[in-house]
Amino acid sequence: MSTNGSKSARRSFVSRHICTLPKSGIRVFFELVNTMDDVVSLGVGEPDFVTPWTIRESGIYSIEKGHTSYTSNLGMPKLRAAICDYVAKNYDCQYKPENQCIVTVGVSEALDIAMRAILDPGDEVIYSEPCFVSYPAEIIMAHGVPVPVSTKKADAFALDPEEVRKKITPKTKAILINFPCNPTGAVMPKRNLEKLAQLAVEHDLLVITDEIYSELVYDEPHCSIASLPGMADRTIFLHGFSKAFAMTGWRIGYACGPADIIEAMMKIHQYAIMCAPTVAQEAALEALQNGEKSARSMRDSYRERRDVFVSGLNRIGLDCLLPHGAFYAFPEIRSTNLDSMTFANELLLKQKVAVVPGGAFGPGGEGFVRCSYASSLEELETALERMEKFLNG
Amino acid sequence: MRQKILSLLKENARISLADICKRTGLTEPEAAEEIKALEKSGVIRGYTAILSENTDDREQVKALIEVKVTPRREGGFDQVARRIAKYPEVTDVMLVSGGFDLLLTVQGSSLNEVANFVAAKLATIDGVLSTSTGFMLKKYKESGRIMEDTDEYERLKVCP
Repeated sequence: MSTNGSKSARRSFVSRHICTLPKSGIRVFFELVNTMDDVVSLGVGEPDFVTPWTIRESGIYSIEKGHTSYTSNLGMPKLRAAICDYVAKNYDCQYKPENQCIVTVGVSEALDIAMRAILDPGDEVIYSEPCFVSYPAEIIMAHGVPVPVSTKKADAFALDPEEVRKKITPKTKAILINFPCNPTGAVMPKRNLEKLAQLAVEHDLLVITDEIYSELVYDEPHCSIASLPGMADRTIFLHGFSKAFAMTGWRIGYACGPADIIEAMMKIHQYAIMCAPTVAQEAALEALQNGEKSARSMRDSYRERRDVFVSGLNRIGLDCLLPHGAFYAFPEIRSTNLDSMTFANELLLKQKVAVVPGGAFGPGGEGFVRCSYASSLEELETALERMEKFLNG
Repeated sequence: MRQKILSLLKENARISLADICKRTGLTEPEAAEEIKALEKSGVIRGYTAILSENTDDREQVKALIEVKVTPRREGGFDQVARRIAKYPEVTDVMLVSGGFDLLLTVQGSSLNEVANFVAAKLATIDGVLSTSTGFMLKKYKESGRIMEDTDEYERLKVCP
């Protein structure tokens, strides 16, 4: 029955495919958080910085100049050139701005069009889990089959190439990785990347690497799998401006990769999106030209907060590995005998601290919660005090 | 470690010893000693508050004064600069490059008071060639702090 008063019955118009797509299990939790006051939230998956002023100013200037039309489908040529320079300099991967780079609406779009560009129905994509909530959904929406490989605390949440090998079938098309990882903060040791690269070559697989947190590494230099020998031609390198330059709301990401794949992604992008927003592209260009100093100082600030917060978690009795990247701590909560959803709910109701249940990031995240330390030191201290009360209460 | 302590104090001079320890890994006695040493050696010259104009109920006038100076054969600009710096009305003195030599900030309780200081004291100092006084009309930013209050911008409380 329709809700607008008309009596004509109507069938459900939503596709079966989307009907069966699981809803994010933590939506109820999110809504609960939003109804409460005085919550200290460690649930935010974005920087707590405002975009550096020089970048914001460029966006304003772009509007003032009246740059309000479309750009090239692939993105502004100047921005693509700057992106390719940046990727060459920082990741040691060479891409041609003319045909190996596309500017997208965040990494989210880049991932979406990558999946749609490469998957035929039934193709399998192996990905590490716990992972960003979109990964399995993106694979399913592109009619692929998600094949998770759990990462374990004992391996510091790095992906074990041997576990990946076990999941490879004749239908496997690609491996999707994200290190530093949301939600675990884990990084991948270079030797694991090398083994993974060997596997990809051996089984003729594509690798999709989501590098969105790659500037936020605190202990070891970052290595991208795209830079390993033989990988440039079988890797889609996804990156963007959201995390390193605190530009989540601008929605600018990019993909670099082999020309044939970028061309296929461009087709989808062209029909679905046209181009990423012009103002945001011009701001992103400024980020690459003049934003690196700000990015470094933000990174240093996250590192300091990580050290304070993670040692605090361990002090109050939540066992937590030192995450080497991103801005997430992923403490184990099994000592409380609560599952992650119950833990998060009770912590919220009793002590008004919001954390994200690990189970939201896949079954492998059960027994853990994700705490974002992209909050002020004062808030982190308050959160730790309240969590300690919760654990002792 | 000194640099780290200094940057914490520059960010907030009223930071507690406990917080300094948390953020540096020092123990409280170590941090206290380090700060004492920084104060004693004169690296830290003092601590002050950054005020917005409106909170101070006394009428205050501030002027930026550009001063041209004849350098002395011995002592260069230092002699004149140090002499000027001794006046309590003068809050800042800098030697600068460009079209003039010294840049001062002078504070007084009225326009007249500052004007008198410039005419009767500053301009008559031996070696001062000329002065150019600009009275401050409005303060937008001081020591890295923006004076304007901005509306709170609410982030999503939880996002993936």
